[in-house]
Amino acid sequence: MEKPVRQIASEQLSYAEVLHWSILLGFIVLVVTFFAYVLGWLPSYVPLERLPQLWGLSATEYLKATGIPTGWSWLFMMNKGDFASQLGIAILSGCSIACIIAIMPAYAKAKNFIYIGICILEIAVLVLSASGIFGH
Amino acid sequence: MINQRFWPDSYRNFRSVFWLLPAALLLLALPAEAAPAAAAAAAATTTAWWVWPLALFVVCFFLGMIAVPAGVGGGVLFVPIVGSFFPFHLDFVRGAGLLVAMASALAAGPSLLKNGMANLRLAMPLALAASISSIAGAKLGLALPANIVQISLGLTVLGIAALMISAKKSEFPHVAQPDRLSQTLGIQGVFRDVISGKDIPWHIHRTPMGLVLFLIIGFLGGLFGVGAGWANVPGLNLLMGVPLKVAAGTSSMILSMASSSATWYYLDNGAILPIIAVPSVVGMMIGARIGAHLLTVLKASVIRNMVIAILLFAGIRTLLKGLGWWI
Repeated sequence: MEKPVRQIASEQLSYAEVLHWSILLGFIVLVVTFFAYVLGWLPSYVPLERLPQLWGLSATEYLKATGIPTGWSWLFMMNKGDFASQLGIAILSGCSIACIIAIMPAYAKAKNFIYIGICILEIAVLVLSASGIFGH
Repeated sequence: MINQRFWPDSYRNFRSVFWLLPAALLLLALPAEAAPAAAAAAAATTTAWWVWPLALFVVCFFLGMIAVPAGVGGGVLFVPIVGSFFPFHLDFVRGAGLLVAMASALAAGPSLLKNGMANLRLAMPLALAASISSIAGAKLGLALPANIVQISLGLTVLGIAALMISAKKSEFPHVAQPDRLSQTLGIQGVFRDVISGKDIPWHIHRTPMGLVLFLIIGFLGGLFGVGAGWANVPGLNLLMGVPLKVAAGTSSMILSMASSSATWYYLDNGAILPIIAVPSVVGMMIGARIGAHLLTVLKASVIRNMVIAILLFAGIRTLLKGLGWWI
């Protein structure tokens, strides 16, 4: 009887490689922008001293009290420390999208249409949730 | 690394206690320090802003230290502890909790995939189911009144503690016949058992039931922001017949994808505050790295019992806070 041999699928290794570099990028951006925010290198939209009066409010009340718009508007306010430090969070949340896109050519080459479909659906779910289409 | 043979047991025990004592004291001291919500709220407004993120970093560092060796994700400890004893609204705690769970799972991903401890083919369909339902969970969580979420969270955390106490594990579950769906999807693998040095083939069964289970798990993860490692591993191992170590590794991959979709929803709705989320993530990551080494000096069962005790305590506290009996 033939012995089972452990093999790691090529798409799995591609996923791991893209994941490694995107996490590294995400963490660097997360830490650098956070220090720029709390050390005052970047001005903050909501003053840090005011936060203790606001973080006990619900997310809806917080947005109302501060006048922060929902959705992707923070991306256009990167000169403010509190929004700049959300960039690292967004990169980490987007890691999976980059990884799934990276493995699709391998599935296409193998003509594995089921997994191409699963990849497309997963990307669609992640992109739609990122787009804010699911409402507030 | 300390040479295990050189250092006597008494020193290793002392070293463990040296690390664990401050963690335990800190966790026990927190209620006295911050339990009354009114006092906590008052303290939050009078205390300098930087004290809270710093305290969060320290607490998450210790939570990370015990969460990894105990085999639970950071989120399941983070949300009830921080939600009960810190002055932040539960919306922000759950947003940070999801980020903590996602970041921990992402960080472990590359090595798990490269050494075959996680299986991408197994993870993808289950992650798709969990991703869809986690958005629904996140949407409901942000819409419900905080006390309802708090009561449900308290009950869920107590349920997780009960699951940890009672759950059986099977290192290599017996799968007589792989089901048709798993065969169509090509879900199978060969796992290297380090102890015996043998390559062991595995396949799975009950895939449709697994998909339904992961819809429920994803929903709860999004609703409470607790991640779902506590449910993923028993689901994969006991229901679907995945070898225990592959189940643990694949759970991380599922968690990283499912948490991402819910994290986007929280981010879009202003429920992630960097001042809360970033110190939590960084503290948990550093603590987790030390926690991985803690296993070499302390029995896994000791850490597991400690986590169960913390979950019971935090679950009761969360439940009573939600009911308004222990403000």
